[in-house]
Amino acid sequence: MSPPRTYFDKVWDDHLICALGQDLALLQIDRLVLHELSGSQAVRALAEHGRTPDSRGQVFTVIEHLISTRPGRGPNESVSVSGPAMIDGTRQASRTYGFHFIDHDDPRQGIAHVVAPELGIALPGTTLVCCDSHTCTVGGVGALAWGIGASEAEHVLATQTLAQAKPKNMRVRFEGVIPAGVYAKDLVLALIGRVGANGGIGYAVEFAGSAIAQLPIEGRLTLCNMAVEFSAKYGFVPPDALTFEYLHGKAYAPQGAAWDDAVAYWRSLCTDPGAHFDAEVLIDVSALAPQVTWGTSPQHVCAAHDQVPAPADERDDEARAEAQKALDYMQLKAGQSLRGVPIDVAYIGSCTNARLSDLRVAAQVLKGHKVKPGVQAICVPGSTPVKLAAEAEGLDRIFIDAGFEWHASACGFCGHIGDDRLANLRVISTTNRNFKGRQGPQTRTHLASPATVAASALAGCIATAPKEQG
Amino acid sequence: METFTQVCGVAAPMLQINIDTDQIIPARYLGGTDAKGYGAHLFANARFLADGQPNPEFVLNQRPYDQAQVLLADRNFGCGSSRERAPKALREFGFRCVIAPSFGGIFFNNCFRNGLLPVMLPIEQVRQLADAVQQSDGRAPVAVDLHSQTVTLAQAGLAFAFSAPETLRQMLLQGVDEIDMTLTRRAQIDAWRASDRQRRPWAYTAPAPSQATPETNP
Repeated sequence: MSPPRTYFDKVWDDHLICALGQDLALLQIDRLVLHELSGSQAVRALAEHGRTPDSRGQVFTVIEHLISTRPGRGPNESVSVSGPAMIDGTRQASRTYGFHFIDHDDPRQGIAHVVAPELGIALPGTTLVCCDSHTCTVGGVGALAWGIGASEAEHVLATQTLAQAKPKNMRVRFEGVIPAGVYAKDLVLALIGRVGANGGIGYAVEFAGSAIAQLPIEGRLTLCNMAVEFSAKYGFVPPDALTFEYLHGKAYAPQGAAWDDAVAYWRSLCTDPGAHFDAEVLIDVSALAPQVTWGTSPQHVCAAHDQVPAPADERDDEARAEAQKALDYMQLKAGQSLRGVPIDVAYIGSCTNARLSDLRVAAQVLKGHKVKPGVQAICVPGSTPVKLAAEAEGLDRIFIDAGFEWHASACGFCGHIGDDRLANLRVISTTNRNFKGRQGPQTRTHLASPATVAASALAGCIATAPKEQG
Repeated sequence: METFTQVCGVAAPMLQINIDTDQIIPARYLGGTDAKGYGAHLFANARFLADGQPNPEFVLNQRPYDQAQVLLADRNFGCGSSRERAPKALREFGFRCVIAPSFGGIFFNNCFRNGLLPVMLPIEQVRQLADAVQQSDGRAPVAVDLHSQTVTLAQAGLAFAFSAPETLRQMLLQGVDEIDMTLTRRAQIDAWRASDRQRRPWAYTAPAPSQATPETNP
């Protein structure tokens, strides 16, 4: 009898074409997703080297990184100077090669990692790669998905395979009942605070435990989104009944008898009892409070009601030095209460937290209230389907009436691609990175859940939502 | 890919943890359809002042570190965004090697495809190298040899062994084109897929209709 295996081991083994020496494996890649920022480079390099796509039916292209979020945007409209050329280049290449292409005005358009589960491009037990580190997001539906560089993408285009070193197995178990007002974002921020921004290097991370079993798919996508923020390239939740219910009937999911066969296969992939994990982390969620970052690494995080920790409390000299620099950059002092720190901008968007359930939670907090005067409040839905569904429910009215801007879907202000609007400002944001300059020159970013961002927008300072609204 | 056998040159100490790829090259410089032009923006936010002048405090603006070929850093170097312009910018600036205790996984892979060697050494050894470099005002050269897998700083009598992933090491030493190498396995890949299609037919999506004459957009 073969030894018990993890979900990860089984998916890996089922994609293993052959070993390349002692340390690399040549893997079959089921889905390549490209966007106009890095994908366009890969496509161009392929053509320059005189090659053609190997499996164009398994290549999906999306316009989302550089395209403007302005409602009614033009086909090549971008705040990035080089945006128009890259957008149009991706469009032309997609048409020429016959990739599955989702243009700026397609009703399916959105951020790649939001679109991929919505359309069933990402499926359990598939390998999916994209030139974006947050590709791990779609591990939320059980895909083995990871970010790659443009050269690796060129390799996938040319061969529909990729050479990778097999990582070790880590399991993170979230146990207990998630308290009201606490969300997937808080779970993953607390985890990163615990294991550190480098805690996942060299690991594929399975998220498990009673709290995850109860967590809806959109929450699982948020959780897996930030696996890379503790430097795990891969993060996933093995599929269960919630996953199958979510994916059933999606455009690219198998249909009819093929669906039943696929579900049976997917069930067989789940981690065997007694399978070995090289590392295990246990988080009790029952006492967890809303989390907010205070520094310039996602590991710089604490409960919103806590005081900013002292650098002296960090684990080693290097982390202490980093924390001190982070406080200087963030213009905060150790011991200061995080709650009440005035904010300039509240941002709801990104592949982390801009799905329908995120917008619903934020709208519940905002309903009947006004954003504090002087605060810029911006909402960029994660996909056009999310935007349309939110509008059908009247959520856009709640956002707009409260004083939020309501944008078209794209990556937007998560990264600074040329619009200096957030320069020198303090932003509370549902995004995934609080790196120096990530959202603009000298922009100070605090990461938090949509509920916390909405509550902060109303208060004009870092604040949490009343529990009954969560 | 560009070959790497050995390098011996100035090493710049930058012993911080979690130096992310947004710091290595900010997103606003990622645009453009050219394969080059990123070195000028390496570490742009720290390297240049608000008025665009070089920041004299930044190590790569100081002699002899402005000629550095080796970068000494702390753990989790290159974490964050998958942008391949990060190793490209380092390489264009003149770096051939980054030595750190650990690397962001995507960055690590990207390095090999851009003629940049990521070397993992324990922080104690990286610190010894950095200390010796600083004591020589940057003049003591650090040598990195991928054949023997050693890092040496002869002037201070330091010699450390490292271990690079063997297949990637061979690819760098020989300057192998990775795609060509994979394509030599065409028959094996096709046979594997024929069997996989039986097991997972739904994984093989059909192409979208090709449009040979795309409309032009303004």
